[in-house]
Amino acid sequence: MSEAALHPPAIDDSAWRGVSWALARDLRLALRSKSELAVQLLFYVIVVTLFPLGIGPEPGLLRTLGPGALWVAALLASLLALPRLFASDFADGTLEQIALSPHPLPALVLGKILAHWLATGAPLVVLSPLLGMQFGLEGEETKLVVIGLVLGTPTLSLLGAIGAALTLGVRGGGALLALLILPLYVPVLIFGAGAVDTLRGGIAPTGELSMLTAALLAAIVGAPFACAAAVRIALD
Amino acid sequence: MLVAQDLAAQRGDALLFERLDFALRPGTALFVTGPNGSGKTTLLRIVAGLTRAQSGRLTWDGIEVGAFDAALRAAALFIGHAPALKEELSAEENLALLVSLHGGSADCGALGEALTAWSLARQRALPARVLSQGQRRRVALARLRLAARPLWLLDEPTSALDAAGIDMLCEVVGEHLKRGGMALIASHQEFAPSAGTTHSLRLQ
Repeated sequence: MSEAALHPPAIDDSAWRGVSWALARDLRLALRSKSELAVQLLFYVIVVTLFPLGIGPEPGLLRTLGPGALWVAALLASLLALPRLFASDFADGTLEQIALSPHPLPALVLGKILAHWLATGAPLVVLSPLLGMQFGLEGEETKLVVIGLVLGTPTLSLLGAIGAALTLGVRGGGALLALLILPLYVPVLIFGAGAVDTLRGGIAPTGELSMLTAALLAAIVGAPFACAAAVRIALD
Repeated sequence: MLVAQDLAAQRGDALLFERLDFALRPGTALFVTGPNGSGKTTLLRIVAGLTRAQSGRLTWDGIEVGAFDAALRAAALFIGHAPALKEELSAEENLALLVSLHGGSADCGALGEALTAWSLARQRALPARVLSQGQRRRVALARLRLAARPLWLLDEPTSALDAAGIDMLCEVVGEHLKRGGMALIASHQEFAPSAGTTHSLRLQ
């Protein structure tokens, strides 16, 4: 009896258990603090709406600017939500416990990033066709913006998580995070917004979508490891 | 068995301690005492694997372990100064999450029992936000019995605890030592576990 109480029979330390633990926990936490999610979503809506108001009602101009405006707003909204990814866990000691868990840290971090995207990235994607109407985007163009955002926003969350982990415990981390991460977002922006231009030029935007997919795959593989290393440095 | 040889730690420019040797055998608890800033927490974090030691070596069951070592993570339970509770979740949800994070499984009955033992039966469904400091500490300590780890690393476990809480802690640590467990405890206030042998290590 004594041995059993000291040593668990077998600790399930598989990576999938780690991903699902972090995913389920962070989604539950996100659902308990809906107001924070609403703030980020409203920010997206307002920034997108500022463009037509500032540029004026010229339909041709709005249609040209539309995809870019949606993408820039998505980038900024994604950035706004990033600091909360690790900061609260860092402040209340949960991050220490996560780092000491028998589950692999990159798996736990990946679960957290997935939950973060589902709570903050996915709603942006769902809203974007509606907001695209303000710019008079056509059906095909709207579809392409949505596909681009589906492929691109997870990459933004993954890259952003590296920055969020690196700026943990740094004073004024929010501004530093923006400086660190926005340049890394540029390729995603170029290919995402560029896809619609290619479509308008009469060419299928397979190249852009392939680049977005490639970036996403590379980020899924690389970002959790980079984040895990940054978290360990922050805890040391 | 945990053995530390010639450990040294530095925080910024300040040398906290050097040439520190100790061994922790099954059934014993080692109290780490010393004034504020003497490196008690740092020593615990080094043993837990959260912080790298300046120099020296640490072995667990004869195998040398480093920071974030998998063997150490599977053997040690670290309860830090921060209770690691999420404000939005209830005491029971917090406990269940922390136990499953460390690879344990706790059904509702076991969780309820652990919370009741720490006199938190009435608070089990309350969000951690409304708990007092002492109650938060109790939730964090309720993990001890559920985790099944041979090495406990407790950083100031008595802080914010009342007399009844400290009695409960003595009993839980005593039970653990009796079963052949080990505990490394950083504390200003030494307490007497109900069983097992205790030593103390004073940092200057």
